[in-house]
Parts: sequence; structure tokens; C-alpha cells
Amino acid sequence: MTVPPLLEAAGVGVDFTTRAGTVATALDGVDVAVRSGEILALVGESGSGKTTLARTLVGLQRPTTGEVRFEGEPLSYTGRAQRRLCGEVQMVLQDAAGSLSPRQTVYESVAEGIRLHRRVAGDPAGRTEAELVAAALAEAGLRPPERIFLRYPHELSGGQQQRVLIAGALALRPRLLVADEPVSSLDASIRGEILGLLLGLRDSLGLGLVVVTHDLGLAWNIADRVAVMYLGRVIECGTTEEVLESPQHPYTRALLSVVPGAERLTPLVLHGEVPDPTRIPSGCRFHPRCPSYADGTAAGARVADHCRRTALPVLAATGNHRVACHLAAAPDF
Amino acid sequence: MSSPAPVSARQITRRRRAAAWRRNWALFRGHRTGLAGLGVLGVFVVIALAAPLLADADGLRVTQATGGVLEGPSSEFWLGTDDNGRSLLTMLIWGSRISLLVGLLATAISMLIGTVVGLVSGFFEGWTSRVLYRLTEWFLVIPFLPLAIILAVVLGRSLLNIAIVIGVTSWPATALLIRSQTLSIKERPYLERARVLGAGRWHQMTRHVLPNVMPMVFANTTLTVAVAILSETTLSFLGLGDPTRVSWGSMLEAAFGVGAMTTGMWWFIAPPGICVVLVVLSFTLIGRALEDVLDPRLRDRR
Amino acid sequence: MTPLLALRGLSVAYQTGEGRLPAVRGVDLVVRAGEVVGIAGESGCGKSTLASTLLRLQPKDALVEGEVLVAGRDVQTMGWGDLRALRWAQAAIVFQGALHSLNPVRRIETQIAEPLRLHEPDLSAAAVSARVAELLEQVGLPATRSRVYPHQLSGGQRQRVMIAMALACRPQLIVADEPTTALDVMVQAQILDLLSGLVRDLGVGLLIISHDLSVLSDVCDRVAVMYAGRVVECGSAEQVFTSPTHPYAQALARAFPRVGDATARYAPAGLAGDPPDPLDLPQGCAFAPRCARVVEACVEEEPPLLQVGGRQSACIRVGQA
Repeated sequence: MTVPPLLEAAGVGVDFTTRAGTVATALDGVDVAVRSGEILALVGESGSGKTTLARTLVGLQRPTTGEVRFEGEPLSYTGRAQRRLCGEVQMVLQDAAGSLSPRQTVYESVAEGIRLHRRVAGDPAGRTEAELVAAALAEAGLRPPERIFLRYPHELSGGQQQRVLIAGALALRPRLLVADEPVSSLDASIRGEILGLLLGLRDSLGLGLVVVTHDLGLAWNIADRVAVMYLGRVIECGTTEEVLESPQHPYTRALLSVVPGAERLTPLVLHGEVPDPTRIPSGCRFHPRCPSYADGTAAGARVADHCRRTALPVLAATGNHRVACHLAAAPDF
Repeated sequence: MSSPAPVSARQITRRRRAAAWRRNWALFRGHRTGLAGLGVLGVFVVIALAAPLLADADGLRVTQATGGVLEGPSSEFWLGTDDNGRSLLTMLIWGSRISLLVGLLATAISMLIGTVVGLVSGFFEGWTSRVLYRLTEWFLVIPFLPLAIILAVVLGRSLLNIAIVIGVTSWPATALLIRSQTLSIKERPYLERARVLGAGRWHQMTRHVLPNVMPMVFANTTLTVAVAILSETTLSFLGLGDPTRVSWGSMLEAAFGVGAMTTGMWWFIAPPGICVVLVVLSFTLIGRALEDVLDPRLRDRR
Repeated sequence: MTPLLALRGLSVAYQTGEGRLPAVRGVDLVVRAGEVVGIAGESGCGKSTLASTLLRLQPKDALVEGEVLVAGRDVQTMGWGDLRALRWAQAAIVFQGALHSLNPVRRIETQIAEPLRLHEPDLSAAAVSARVAELLEQVGLPATRSRVYPHQLSGGQRQRVMIAMALACRPQLIVADEPTTALDVMVQAQILDLLSGLVRDLGVGLLIISHDLSVLSDVCDRVAVMYAGRVVECGSAEQVFTSPTHPYAQALARAFPRVGDATARYAPAGLAGDPPDPLDLPQGCAFAPRCARVVEACVEEEPPLLQVGGRQSACIRVGQA
């Protein structure tokens, strides 16, 4: 029997009721899986559902359909079960500056999780709270940790704030860390340092990592696997090399072509933005913006009708390079 | 930071608190009006505390009165006497105790109700929140004076009751303020972070929301004290105060009763009136300064 | 020909409680018509302060030295009347944060028309609305959307409205402060396409300020990299991004890997340390404490910006082995 992945989403869908009373489908059937020591990047634009998926993975958001499994066990949403999950799966939120309470010192912010989960009493080495906090900060690359114990968030640089958040999550000894846009608000020179830290954590602690980002360069820097999301679905997934070096889906190709600084293959700027999730297009959800549909390639491969009408299946989480596209699946393409 | 590494969590907390106090005091000192308010209030507090040393309590008894009826200021009675021949200065000094006490007591009651209702109605969703919010709105639109008069009559005229009456009628403004602040804090990323760390609602409310609304509560307290002292004066002036004690309000009532306003006995009306104005003003000035010092939204402007 | 914008030895300092804080230290820069110039740098490097002096929008307590010449006239010393005429009509700024720079309770057509009404009061109502429609067209928004409010637009569309406002009075120079920050890659590409198209079609000069060197390398002709208030490298966008000479510019360029570049795989390039405190600048080269190639001479004297083979670099080791 195969070992189940550390964390997986199986057919997860999340609906929100908007103020106008319409139903917005933020996630519409998503399968993803992460194993220990694996780094998965969820890539997409805003509105693709990647942050909702991250929140669902850590149990902050209850899926409307489908389920999230931790080591094969479906998550339960009772208070106690959720708390237990928090000890195993941690998340570092977007907006490092805002995620630290302005009235807590670095020490208190990092110690918060330790206190909530009574980790001092459960520490095998019998360390004190201050020692645990210092160890977590040191792991996150803040050395010597004691020097910043008494600082307030506004006295720290952006990179230091992000490290404190990571330390706060590491203090719980999680086995999986979800990082939502870990470097998007940071200066370019700090970016590499934080990504290096995440990579190092995977290597030294064997942590599983889910990185949510709109930045394909980041995925190329650290991810083992990439799942590209569009409008609540994964539309292409596989290893980083497969997805980013030989992208199959027209959307992935378009995204890659507009990465700034890249020697543009053919600059493929899509028109408009990700549609409103209350009105998901029929058939392939990408077809209204799809360059291959618009330029007649799809029609040439005789799949244009499918693009308009036939919905695509949910991509399985594991295994090979997969793509949800009628054109890519067409035999004579 | 050159200080050696602190060892225990308690030590760290203590050091952090001390630093916070020092910083806030430094900021407060920058407000000249706030300092002036603090000075004036300090004088009144000293007078209230030292009342037994400054004036003999026997001077408040009608039977022990030594002066003539409604005398003007003289070397013996600096502020003259009332219609019973008591020294107005003695009454003014002892009255400061009652006015400040009722003001603080009423504020404590009002703050407690206002904070709890505001916090709960802002933090929780669902019917509890809705019921509390409606209740707050309901209390807010009831005219203060009629409600206070009815409550004072029903509860009876005593020091504690007058404080309760004022407290029960003045909390809605605080509750609304706390509620709106809570609603905004609830959406901050650090609350989401607390949830990620596995914090329950109680933890979120007491460790994150409360510390962040406390400064507002604090600043609001001083403003409410001012209102409460004014209310005490109003109710006593209307004859609803504790009949056995002298307060600035009851002095004003007595002054009104003997027609001081029409006969030009300024020494009877002016001193308690000025005292009320000064204390209310000093609390307001301190409150404004505190708001500036403690409200993160105002402080983070730099 | 007089350049649209010329900075000559521009220095800006703020007077703070802890002393004089130098934000910009001796910057020279020229933007000509039809040219796109980028300023790259991290938060605190002085690039936003620099942008604010271009139209004399800096805070009152800022001490400005040197010259800011817009079309040959010094912005910092001209009279108020001239300055008002110059703002919008000759040079316009697209501010960072389109959400906060638009008035939420006014229709976008009213907001776009505002600079027109101020600078060309003789324009008839019909002419104004025709111009607004034309501007919306220019920035790729349908004219039928002119009556919406800012909150009904997406982030990218709001940024387009900001650009339309900047174009309203046909300025010769446009300054864009972080025009694509907080936008998605695809929308960012759309906005950058729009900006380069405008420069091509209208022949205006464009100065883009961004923390993202890779974005600048895509649209700019020339790029200046700023560190601790100074320009440390300046050259063609191609040169600065693909073969930078200053170690700081190198670090910035490496921070954005090219997808497919095997050397960047599992090896994110970073730069240890934080930018220096402007109140306490290190002796010599400001970058020396974070520099891997530092030698003794670096900490003795601040290296000047020198011409090295078609570009400028402020590193004494450039040209050395």
C-alpha cells in the first residue's frame, strides 16, 4: 500500500454567497497533494482561488464540497481537531507587517503558539519558553535571537517581520508550512534570503511546503511541483521543469511569456482580467480569454466546440504532467 | 539593544511594560493642553483627598453652622455662607469628593457595560451580536434626562444609585465606539494569524482585540468622566442627588433655591460652577491627549 | 535640444529629531522626449523622495539642493503660478496606489476632467467630455465606462484611469511611481504595454520608478539603480539587467531569475543584511557592509559615479580584476 500524502485536497470546492445573494465559486473542484519534504507552488493571478485553497488546506476555510485529508484522514472541523491540526500544519500569511499584532513584542508573537499548544510542558529536552522562542527565531535566521526579543513589529525591517512570522509557525514544530506570497511585499534583495530560508527548512527539518504565489520566478527558484490555477481550478500541474519549461496550457504559456525580464518567446498579453467567479464561463473556463481559441488554432484542431461546451475534468493531484485543455488533448495537435 | 538577554518570560513582560509606559509618558508630555489638564485635575484630586485637613467636616452640619445667613465673602468665610450659615468654601472642598467619586464610579459602570457590549457585539456574529447592537441603539436614542430621572426616582436617592443611573444611561456611546473598533480589528491579518496558531475565540478576544481597543477605552474613559460629573451636577441640581451629602450639583441647586441668580449672590453660584467646568475641562483635555498618545491610528501617522 | 527633465546634483535631506536625514545624495539624471528612463531601488533608497521633488511635491521640511529642471526651468525656484501651470500641463505624475489616489465618491469622468477644467477653463462641456472619451480610449478603457465609480473597477482598470488623468493636459513628461506594484503579472504586462505604447505614439518622456529591476528592464531605454540615496549604476536597460557591474545592481538583477535558468534552480540569490540607516551611513561606500567584494579602499572614501565603457558605475572595483 502506498503512503498517503501528508496533506491533500480531494475535489475541494468552496462557495461564497455574495452580498447581492449570488453564489461565487472560489474553488470548483481542486485536487492537490503535498508530501513531506516536498515544495508545491500554487500559481495564479488574483481571483484564481489560490489563497482560498491555502486557507482551506490549513482548515481555516471549510470546503463546501470535497474534503481535505491530513495523512489520509479527512479533517474534522470541531474546535479540538482544528487545534490539533494547527500543531501539524502552519501557515504564514501574506502581508507580514499586518500579521504581527502592533502591541506584541517579537517574543510574545513567537511565544503565542507555544503557549496555546502548551509546548513548554511537552518539550522533550525540557527547555524553557524563552529557549524555545530563541530556538525558533534562530531557525528562521534571526541570530542572535535575544537581541530582538523586545522589539515591536514596526521597529523591524520587512525581511525581519517575515522571519518572525516564520519563526512563530516553526515554534509549533509543524510538518507542513503553507506560505501565502512569502516575498511579494519584500524588497528584491531580501527576497532571495527568505526563499533560501524556506528551502533550508525543507532540507533541515524535512518540512512539506505549499507556496502560494503569482510569481513564476519564485516557483522556478524553489518549487518541486507546480499547480497553475485559473478561476478556481487547477489547469496544469506537474514538476516545475515540466510545467515551466514545456507548458501545455495556453494560459500557462501566456503567464510565462509576460514574466518581466524573461527573454520573451512571444509576448502574449491576454486581454481583460480573471472573470467574476459568480459567472464561470461554460465549457473550458479559460476559452473567452484563450489566445489559441481566439486565433483559430482550436478550431483548426476541431475542438472549438468542446472549448465552448464541454467542461473539463478535475486534474488528479499526483503523478505526471497533466493539463486541463481540450486543445492539448486533441489527437492531431 | 545592549541589555543582557532576559531569562524568564515574566521578566520580559515586565521590561516591555516599563518601556511602553515610558514611551507613552514621553508622548503625553508633548501635549501642552493634556499636561495642563493633568495639573488642574491633580489639584482637585489633592483637595478632595486632603479635605479633612483643609476644612472641618463639622462645617457641613447645619446645626453646627457658625456664620450668618447668606453672607458675602469675608476674611472668616472666604466664599461666604449659604442659607444655613455654613461656609461655602468648606462645602466646596467636601463637595469635590462627592462629585469626583460619583463621576469615577459612574464612569466605571458605564465603561464596563460599554466595553463588554461593544466587544461582544463586534466580535461575534449572529443573533447575540444583533440583539446587543439593537439594545445599544435603543439606549442611545432614549433621551437621557427623562430616563435618568425615572431611574433615580425608582432606585431612590443615594450616592451609589446616582452613579448607577448615570452609568446605565451613558454606556451606549462607548459601546458603539468599541464595536466599530472591534469590527475593524477583527479583519486584521494578525487575528487570522492567531486563528492559524489555533487560538480560540476567547484567546483572540482577550489577547488581540482587547489590548488593541483598550487605548480607545482609556481615552474614552476620561471623556466619559467629564460627562458623568456634568450629569451628576444636573441630577443634583434637579434635586435627585443624595440629600445627605453636599456635592457641587447640590450646591448649585441650593443657590438656585435661594434665588442667588436673581439677587446677584455670585459667590454662591460661581465657585461650584467654575469647579465643575474646570474638572470637566481637565478630563476632556487629558482625554484628547490620551487619544492621541494611545490610538495607534493617530500615532502611526509619522 | 533641452531635455524634458534634468536633475543636476540633486540632494534632499529631512530635518528630524535625531539629526539631518539625507534621503537623496547628489543625483544627476536626464530624460529626453520619447525616452523611457527607470529608477530602480529598494524601499528607503530615496527614489520616492526624488520623485516628489520633480513637481515640488516634497514635504515642507525637506531641504533641497541642486537643480530640478523641467523643460529647462528650475521647478524648485519658480513662482507658484508657473509651478501650477507646469504641474499636469508639462509634467504629470501617476501615483503609487491607484485605489487611494482616486476619490471614491466621484465618477471617473469627473476625476479625469478635473485637470482639464483647471488648466483649460475655456473648454466647453462637450469638448471636455469628448476629450475624456478620447483619453479613456487611449488607455484601453471603453468610453462607455466613464460614468462608473472607482470601486466598480479592478486594480488594473483603476491604474488605467490614473494614467488617463496624467495624460489629460497633454504633458511632455510623465512620472510613474511604482505603476505596477500590487498588480498581477498579466495586468502588469498590460499596463507596461500601455505605457510603452504611449511613449511610442505620443513621443512623451517617461520616468518609471520601481523596486523591480526586471520590470524596468522590459520597458526602459536607460535604468539608474539607486542605493542609500545615490545612483550606483546607470546605463542601458539591457546592460544594467543582463551584465551589471556594481555588486548591488548585480544582486538586484539576480533576485529575479529567468525561468529555465538552471543556475537559479533551488538557488535563490539573495543579499544578506539590511539597507543602511540614513542617519548613520557607513564610512566610505554605503554598500560596503553588505558587499562580498569589499576591499580596504572601499571603506575609506565613497566612490564617485564613474564612466566605464558606455555606462556609469560607482564601484571602485569595476574594471579591476
